[in-house]
Amino acid sequence: MSARLACLSLLLLIGGCSSIEPWVQPYERDRLADPIMSFDRDPVSAGYLQKVYDIREGARGATGGSGGGCGCN
Amino acid sequence: MAKPAFGRLRLPALVGGALLYGVVVPQGEAAVLPDDRLDVLYHYYDGGGITVEGPSVLVRKQLGERFSVQGKYHVDTITGASIDVITTASEYREERTELSASVDYLRGDTLLSLGVVSSDENDYKGRSFNINISQEVFAAMTTISMGYVRGSDEIGRSGDETFTEELDRHSWRLGLSQVVTRNLVAELAFETISDTGFLNNPYRQVRYLDGDAPRGYAFQSELYPRRRTSNAVAMRGRYHLPYRASVHAEYRYFVDDWGIDAHTTRIGYTHATVPRFIFDVQYRYYTQGAADFWSDLYPFRDAQNFLARDKELSRYTSHSVRFGTSYELFDSPIGFMARGSINLVYDWITADYADFRDLRVTETPGDEPGYSLSANVIQLFFSVWF
Repeated sequence: MSARLACLSLLLLIGGCSSIEPWVQPYERDRLADPIMSFDRDPVSAGYLQKVYDIREGARGATGGSGGGCGCN
Repeated sequence: MAKPAFGRLRLPALVGGALLYGVVVPQGEAAVLPDDRLDVLYHYYDGGGITVEGPSVLVRKQLGERFSVQGKYHVDTITGASIDVITTASEYREERTELSASVDYLRGDTLLSLGVVSSDENDYKGRSFNINISQEVFAAMTTISMGYVRGSDEIGRSGDETFTEELDRHSWRLGLSQVVTRNLVAELAFETISDTGFLNNPYRQVRYLDGDAPRGYAFQSELYPRRRTSNAVAMRGRYHLPYRASVHAEYRYFVDDWGIDAHTTRIGYTHATVPRFIFDVQYRYYTQGAADFWSDLYPFRDAQNFLARDKELSRYTSHSVRFGTSYELFDSPIGFMARGSINLVYDWITADYADFRDLRVTETPGDEPGYSLSANVIQLFFSVWF
């Protein structure tokens, strides 16, 4: 149910955006384009460390990545 | 009683509708393919009696204006003996090799990704494919993404050729990235994972009180439910400071139908005012509750229908601190290389288990001290953009 609600919310958000003007113009995004603002600056490193956590913790998901295997004995 | 209309909507139909909306109704400015790059990484983990090390190589290359392909090769060479192995089995050495490939297709503001992952150990084979679609809207201030992963694993047990089990994995993901101000970007992510099949570790055992045993307890194989469904939601943000530096924060809440809930918090700072250098510091806090059927010591053999003593399913807290530095090797093109960097990242991870007892200490059963570990994780890698 929660996944369905999230889907519908996203759809409504997309539709709602058409009546609102963007308040940060493309020419104002120089700082956002800086690599230090990236959520995924070094994907191979981030993917590795996420695996380190995933196999040692009960929690999982909402982090990106799609690896398989265990390596957890 | 009839279900409300919303209740009859299926998740795949909703996802399909959203994807169709994204593809058919182009909005905002064109998205871009990921950068062409090559990363060569060596990783080293030492903690809890285990050493894991090996290489990881990732290469991504654009093909024409619309396609980008990526390949990754990763090896974990595992040696040593964890606390579980020390108390119930013998030291071991094994290797896990992971190969993955993906292709991205860009059409206007829509990026479609398809990928496959293969992971092989001597006693575990994992195969999965994933599909992800992201759509920029609202003049590229908002990016929505949806993804699905399907995995199919085969589990074996060393020394027992007759042991074979299977595990099916399904994962559904939703994401929303939002430019909030010219200095702030935020993300919201949601993921549901559903596993069906053999979820145990085939080597691990639980302990139970046994007055006839020399230490007052004996072991039997653990037994998990054959289905697990979990939900996780995460919020994260990055803020650019007035000088060339940024701060970031993240919170994730996790809950599953085994009774585990967990909170993950992360804060960090990235400093880039020194020419050619980028410095990172980060702190991560993690805490979780135990699975409903978990126990460190059962009162007797077969005490419950499900039995678990994995410390990963127990109640515990973990702290992690990271220090990272990146040095830009060259900032003008050399041959086919546009720029390159060398990077060193160190993470120190501690975990304190509230109920999982350290059986290396001989005490009255149940009175042993709680187990704790600390780990050093080192990554050294080169990155080249071309």
